[in-house]
Amino acid sequence: MTAAHVTPWGAVTGGAFRANAGRLALSVAAIALGVALGYAVQLINQAAVNELSAGLATVAGDADLEIRGPRSGFDERLFFDVASRDDVALASPVVALDAKLAAEKGELAILGIDVFRAGPIQPGLIGESEDGLDTLRPDAIFLSAAAADALGAHRGDRIAVLVGLAPVELRVAGLLSAQTGGRLGVMDIAAVQDTFGRIGRITRIDLRLRPGTDIEAVRASLQAMLPPGVSVEKPEASLRAATSLSRAYRVNLNVLALVALFTGGLLVFSTQALAVVRRRTQLALLRVLGMKRRELARMLVAEGALVGTAGAMLGLVAGYALAAIAVRVFGSDLGAGYFRGVEPRLGVEPLSALLFFLLGVGAAVLGSLAPALEASNAQPGPALKAGDEQHAFARLRAPWPGIALWVLGLAASFLPPVRGLPVFGYLAIACLLVGTIMLMPRVAHALLSVAPRPRSVPAALAIDQLRGAPGQASVSLAAVVASVSLMVSMAIMVASFRQSVDDWLERVLPADLYVRASMSTDTAYLSAADVERLAAVPGVRRIEPLRVQQIRLDADRASVALLAKPVEASDPSRQLPIVGTHIVPKPGDPPPAWVTEPMVDIYGFTPGRRIELPIAGRMAPFFVAGVWRDYARQQGAVMIQRDTFVALTGDADANAVAVWLAADAQLETVSRKVVEAIPGGGNLEVATPGEIRDVSLTVFDRTFAVTYALEAAAVLIGLFGLSSSFGALVLARRREFGVLRHLGMTRQQVGAMLAAEGFAVSAVGLAVGLAIGWLISLILIYVVNRQSFHWGMELHVPWVGLSALGAVLLALATVTALVSGRQAMGKDVVRAVKDDW
Amino acid sequence: MLSLHDVSKAYAGPRTRTVLAGIQLDLARGDYVAVMGESGVGKSTLLNLVAGLDRPDAGAIRVEGVDITRLDDDALTTLRRARMGFVFQAFHVLPYLGVAQNVALPLALLGVAAREADRRVAEMLEAVGLADRGASMPRELSGGELQRVAIARALVHRPAIVLADEPTGNLDPDSAAQILTLLRERIKAGDAIGILVTHSHAAAATADRILTLTRTGLREESAG
Repeated sequence: MTAAHVTPWGAVTGGAFRANAGRLALSVAAIALGVALGYAVQLINQAAVNELSAGLATVAGDADLEIRGPRSGFDERLFFDVASRDDVALASPVVALDAKLAAEKGELAILGIDVFRAGPIQPGLIGESEDGLDTLRPDAIFLSAAAADALGAHRGDRIAVLVGLAPVELRVAGLLSAQTGGRLGVMDIAAVQDTFGRIGRITRIDLRLRPGTDIEAVRASLQAMLPPGVSVEKPEASLRAATSLSRAYRVNLNVLALVALFTGGLLVFSTQALAVVRRRTQLALLRVLGMKRRELARMLVAEGALVGTAGAMLGLVAGYALAAIAVRVFGSDLGAGYFRGVEPRLGVEPLSALLFFLLGVGAAVLGSLAPALEASNAQPGPALKAGDEQHAFARLRAPWPGIALWVLGLAASFLPPVRGLPVFGYLAIACLLVGTIMLMPRVAHALLSVAPRPRSVPAALAIDQLRGAPGQASVSLAAVVASVSLMVSMAIMVASFRQSVDDWLERVLPADLYVRASMSTDTAYLSAADVERLAAVPGVRRIEPLRVQQIRLDADRASVALLAKPVEASDPSRQLPIVGTHIVPKPGDPPPAWVTEPMVDIYGFTPGRRIELPIAGRMAPFFVAGVWRDYARQQGAVMIQRDTFVALTGDADANAVAVWLAADAQLETVSRKVVEAIPGGGNLEVATPGEIRDVSLTVFDRTFAVTYALEAAAVLIGLFGLSSSFGALVLARRREFGVLRHLGMTRQQVGAMLAAEGFAVSAVGLAVGLAIGWLISLILIYVVNRQSFHWGMELHVPWVGLSALGAVLLALATVTALVSGRQAMGKDVVRAVKDDW
Repeated sequence: MLSLHDVSKAYAGPRTRTVLAGIQLDLARGDYVAVMGESGVGKSTLLNLVAGLDRPDAGAIRVEGVDITRLDDDALTTLRRARMGFVFQAFHVLPYLGVAQNVALPLALLGVAAREADRRVAEMLEAVGLADRGASMPRELSGGELQRVAIARALVHRPAIVLADEPTGNLDPDSAAQILTLLRERIKAGDAIGILVTHSHAAAATADRILTLTRTGLREESAG
């Protein structure tokens, strides 16, 4: 009996898998890379948010409502008024602050609680100790496991926190019972108030209401009795506020990772399209023998799905490993600083895994769809004849789908954000990119038509071949154009951002020296007396103290920074990087306030508008005198004059002081004297503008390290695509090369022809990629970044870098084409003219 | 069984080119005809129309009483799968399938059970003289042997119509003679209608009748 087993599936795909194993492996790798990047980013983001959420849930415990005020606190007598209400079953007062640790050990979030009141509501915050009275002792602190690990502290050890500039030692009495990933310390509330100078002030009241009470009604009733700047919300609002700041960043990272997957899908398209061209007569034969169009199309799409499945499975495994490495190297916020103090624990996240698995398969299926439809719809009779390959992509030349996408993309770029996310900006980029790829046959034909015909025969043949088959060239170009344009657009965006940050640093750091206690914690500061001592140091010509506080304008959003320093109202551009024009206050106007760009976008604080800010327990009137650029505080900031702030609050302390030196003063000498003149001066950070600038740009580069990695992935996939498609094209044209060799063309000349083709295709891809990349960068800068982060920036094109990159890509692509086509120069090609196929 | 009634076909272009005009043809089971004509006169077009791979501009083509010009692509494909066999000048044997697998392809498309398919493939390979080559790959076969494989594939599913387009165009004279003899034998054995398109008078002479296709239509010439 003869083994005659064959299935329709085997008849369609047997040729593909055996003849294209290498190219299919590249496609699998591209999909795997895209899925790995996307899944890794998702895992990291999800782990950080989960940990943040768990931490906040531990802090909130079983509270139904939270009354929250600014970090500077509110009058604790409010607690008694609230706790005595009939609808309140339990009330727990809390003092929450971020403390700076001495000896540059970082920060620690500290909660001061009343253990008797907090126990029923937040049992996770109760410390475990052999001595039960430790929860009441003034020097005792209980640490979360993450905090203890980070500080290397054990029970009985001592840690030092800064109060002003003076270190205060606390005894580690034990660990918290809650398993939270955040760095947290818990002390007795009175001890916190006493230690950190918060006598009579609290920052939060957690409430459990009586059973059956209407929470919304109680919330509304409570809000009416609260002072300005204090609000009552459900505990979920804290998570929304905490995660709102990082939401745009996380979404942008997700989108960047999906871009890598999209480029992988394009690679699958290139590979499948050219594989279908090569198998054109085989597939036509199957149609003649009686395979229906739909059957053939289904099987070709299933080929793509197999590639996607293999790639997605590999990608999920690689993605988990990548996430674990990235968290270890970059931290849970990938260097951006959104989740400081959060120690995430990576989980497998089945739903996310399923999503990215489906995305990987989907990208491959979509990439296979057009080639499958092309093959199944081809007329079988003509397709059986050799030479019909030129008609293979005739349908791709229709311009209207690409033009329609362009129009849609341009229109979308003018649309506003959706819930704070630049959804239409992303759509605009996708439309422009896909539209350009669809127009590539026409664009390639136009560009190649005007290219001068080289004198060298191999190069001339190369140009003739490309002109005659622009559809095939376009298939090769798809992945190249996508990856180059994405790389160029991100390079321009990052360069623009970096240059803007550098220029901004130069404007906001005009002094000779900067002395800083802390800009982000609540406990380290220079007292008014310290500021006076600093001003009196020999060699100091003048100083400019800066005070920073946090105020809450919206319960669902992160707190806004309130900054106070001496600002010249008639010309604030001397102290602030003002954007646009400013308004000079007239007599009778409320005090001026200068707001940052996010305040305009988020809160509508436009120049000239009268506003009220919750300061020191009352709503203080101001008018918006101008807008200034600030890259340090994404949540928004308001600058007021120091005199106004001191008058409202009585607070003459400073977080930082800018120092101008006398003409004959020595920088090192003055720095040393500053530290010596101030008690606790060793805990100060003293830096020159240059040093601050270097650190800032290092942080910037680290933040964008992930972006650079994703860019590199896109370029790599593009080169994969070029290599794969060139190899496929060479196989499809074996007969042609065989004829040329018969006619007397040497192997070197065939190689030169292939190199010329690779150069020409890459040059077209590079030119189009540069142009589209520039356009996309405008959308990234003026739409995506603006709507995501509310930052403005100036366009800066890194011409030198892009030129160098272009030259390298061109060379790499040419070499890739040559190496991929080495089969064309072999002896087997000569025999190809005699082959059946 | 197969009838073409007033069939015409033209191709659009800078100037519309009429390839076939007013073609009339009636064939019954067992008829084996050769179609000859100058290059470009439309012989392959005629085959494509009969196979349902192209549609006439006018006229009707009936296969076993069914007007195939009114069928959609799926119905045409199903008809072709079950009732037609093809032999090409370029053989068109799939290089990645073995000889037996290539012959079995029409049966696989028809969903014939594996055991029955095996039996019929073996029978057909025996009939074309390749009984011991079932496991070989196409690259191991000569041109004549490849055409035998193609003939076996064209007949394994017992089609009603066999269409052969220059089946000996790529063969040496001895192999060509053997193939033509084999083709006639198998078509007659299956009581199928055979249409042989050829430039060669010697090849055409193996058919029952010779038809000449001209720009004015099909004209019959006598055959031995």
